[in-house]
Amino acid sequence: MSIEMTVSHALPLEDSHEEESRKRHLLLDPRPQEEMNQMVMDSMHRTGVEFWIVMAVLAVLALGGFLGGWLYQIRFGMGVAGIRKPVFWGVYITSFVFWIGISHSGTFVSAILRVFKVEWRRSITRAAELMTSTSLLVAVAFLGIHVGRTWRGYWIVPYPNQRTLWPNFHSPFLWDEMAILSYFIGSSLYLLLPLIPDLAMARDHSEGWRYKLYRILSLGWRGTEAEWRNLTLSMTVFAFAIIPVMFSVHTIVSWDFAMTRVIGWHSSIFAPYFIVGAIYSGVSAVVNILFLVRWNMKLSYFVREEHFEAFGKLMLILSFGWTYFFFADLLTEWYGGEAIGHTVLDIQFYGQMHPFWTIMVVCNIVIPWLTLWNRKVRRTPIALFFVALAVNVGMFMERYTIVTGFLRRSRLPFNWGTYQPSIVEVGIAVGSVATFLLLYGLLSRVIPMIPVWEVREGQLTHVLRRFGRTKVTAVSEWE
Amino acid sequence: MAEARDGKHRWGMVVDLDVCTACGACIVACYAENNVPTVGEQEFIIKRALPWIRLERYWHGEYPHLQAEFVPMMCQHCQAAPCEPVCPMYATMHDQNDNINLQIYNRCAGIRYCAVNCPYKVRMFNWFNPYFPEPLNEQLNPDVTVRTRGIMEKCTFCIQRIRRARDEANAEHVPLKDGDVVPACVQTCPTEALIFGDLNDPDSRVSKLARSPRALHLLEELGTAPSVSYLKRGGPNVD
Repeated sequence: MSIEMTVSHALPLEDSHEEESRKRHLLLDPRPQEEMNQMVMDSMHRTGVEFWIVMAVLAVLALGGFLGGWLYQIRFGMGVAGIRKPVFWGVYITSFVFWIGISHSGTFVSAILRVFKVEWRRSITRAAELMTSTSLLVAVAFLGIHVGRTWRGYWIVPYPNQRTLWPNFHSPFLWDEMAILSYFIGSSLYLLLPLIPDLAMARDHSEGWRYKLYRILSLGWRGTEAEWRNLTLSMTVFAFAIIPVMFSVHTIVSWDFAMTRVIGWHSSIFAPYFIVGAIYSGVSAVVNILFLVRWNMKLSYFVREEHFEAFGKLMLILSFGWTYFFFADLLTEWYGGEAIGHTVLDIQFYGQMHPFWTIMVVCNIVIPWLTLWNRKVRRTPIALFFVALAVNVGMFMERYTIVTGFLRRSRLPFNWGTYQPSIVEVGIAVGSVATFLLLYGLLSRVIPMIPVWEVREGQLTHVLRRFGRTKVTAVSEWE
Repeated sequence: MAEARDGKHRWGMVVDLDVCTACGACIVACYAENNVPTVGEQEFIIKRALPWIRLERYWHGEYPHLQAEFVPMMCQHCQAAPCEPVCPMYATMHDQNDNINLQIYNRCAGIRYCAVNCPYKVRMFNWFNPYFPEPLNEQLNPDVTVRTRGIMEKCTFCIQRIRRARDEANAEHVPLKDGDVVPACVQTCPTEALIFGDLNDPDSRVSKLARSPRALHLLEELGTAPSVSYLKRGGPNVD
């Protein structure tokens, strides 16, 4: 491979500004490959007592809240949840949409930024991609939790069966299942592809059971020219192919609602509205997980303030986008002036959903707009962590308002109702967060969290050059 | 989309709001005929009861001049039912022969999509296993399945009675006559506010009443084409 310099006459810089730039930008701060490899390997091996205590607590919550609550519900019936007529869909569908939303982060951060050749993505794609696959698992579990007869849930899969009955392809629920399955397979492969060179690196740096595991997973990677060519080609194909799949997933999740005749749901704006919301919450969740990974795994060389700043800007832009759709949805419903449409507005502005609606507005609009303008906030990981946490709370409340709020009203007022999540539902929802963190935490000790080869590739192509008095980052392309 | 689909019959009902006294006998009859489980007071209060037919109560006017109005509400057996396309399991589907909306318990996994999409909110969910306190357990109808927990159910127009009437007519080699099929609620109604029959038969009592100028369909504007007609109060009876 050869590197063709786009700037050939420039001279390297040697002053204090260079030091400053190196400190700021990972790609201008190269270190020997072996040192970077060792940093990533160390981060996987570094499992102190605290880590295992946290994992044990998460395991208790996951087993007790998530699995225990689910088994309890299977044993005694759906009635242990708080759902009732007419709110037949409750926290479970809310959580399902929430976790699907989180899963959009990986593809967005990884595939879209890769396609557009956004260079700062290099060190953080893995963390985001792993999040996609993990949160998709949790989301799919919520479909199982939601159905009244979990043990019959597999009937939704189209397979030749003794009932000689295919599933109903008219149902948005089936589209959902197809889209999520495609997305899970696609995003898992997309996680695995760029992982292969890192797994091979891990294989060469470990022994014992880890060596055996990595030897199988790295598929005999040797790093030949042909292997790199095939990898680059297939990653390009996947990066382009997974983007429409990602859009289809949340489009179809929104169609679960938009295709019905429920007031407030039946809206053509729902598909883009949900996609922006999903990316918004997904990117915020990446900030949360990056903060935890950086702090727990001591990876501040790879995950720097520049990444948090870039994410802060992204969150702000996505917040504008989300607010735009949110406002357009409310305005059309209100301006239309139909009494029936106003019932779902009333329930948000004055009624039972008002507290949740207020939390949503504060967390999704007020907090990001007040804080993310500030460069200092964007560059302070802990501050951005809390803003991102607020956005995720707000996005959960958005789904909660849409799913459980709008169902309380219908065209015949006799059937208006209310909803209160039961302890089982709350336990399962909290347990799902624990399950996600547990899965992610355990996987983070097996999967190299930083794509070292991608970082190195970036560092090789980036160089600081001087033109007269200005200093410019020169980027070259891989041939 | 809104027209009746082809079929031998199109079973339908007419509810005459003028003569309905809201006595609730239809509800009791339906519970007895269709093995509808009781849920107890606590569950009833939080709307977990699953009556297949209910009386919806609406108030008119301001406090001293209050007037209550009652509307018996059951599955409208829409010809273009919103519940049907959304079910991924074909657990609810249109019967091509009888033109009613079926609920097939064995196929249902309890996703509750149909219940969400039903504009009349007449689809009921079994939150727990069915429970029949003494002595109700002694009077279960052997013609009707007792439903398990986790599935949907709703008014079937007493499909077991439709099937039996057809079997008896077939055995005697005679066509079904108007009045051969009588659902439990219709049979019980003391004021004959409920009339049941074949809407495809232009001479049946129910189709004559359904053509009355007093007849209206609930939420007709949604294009659901319900098979239940309501005769509104007060107008001249053109029967």
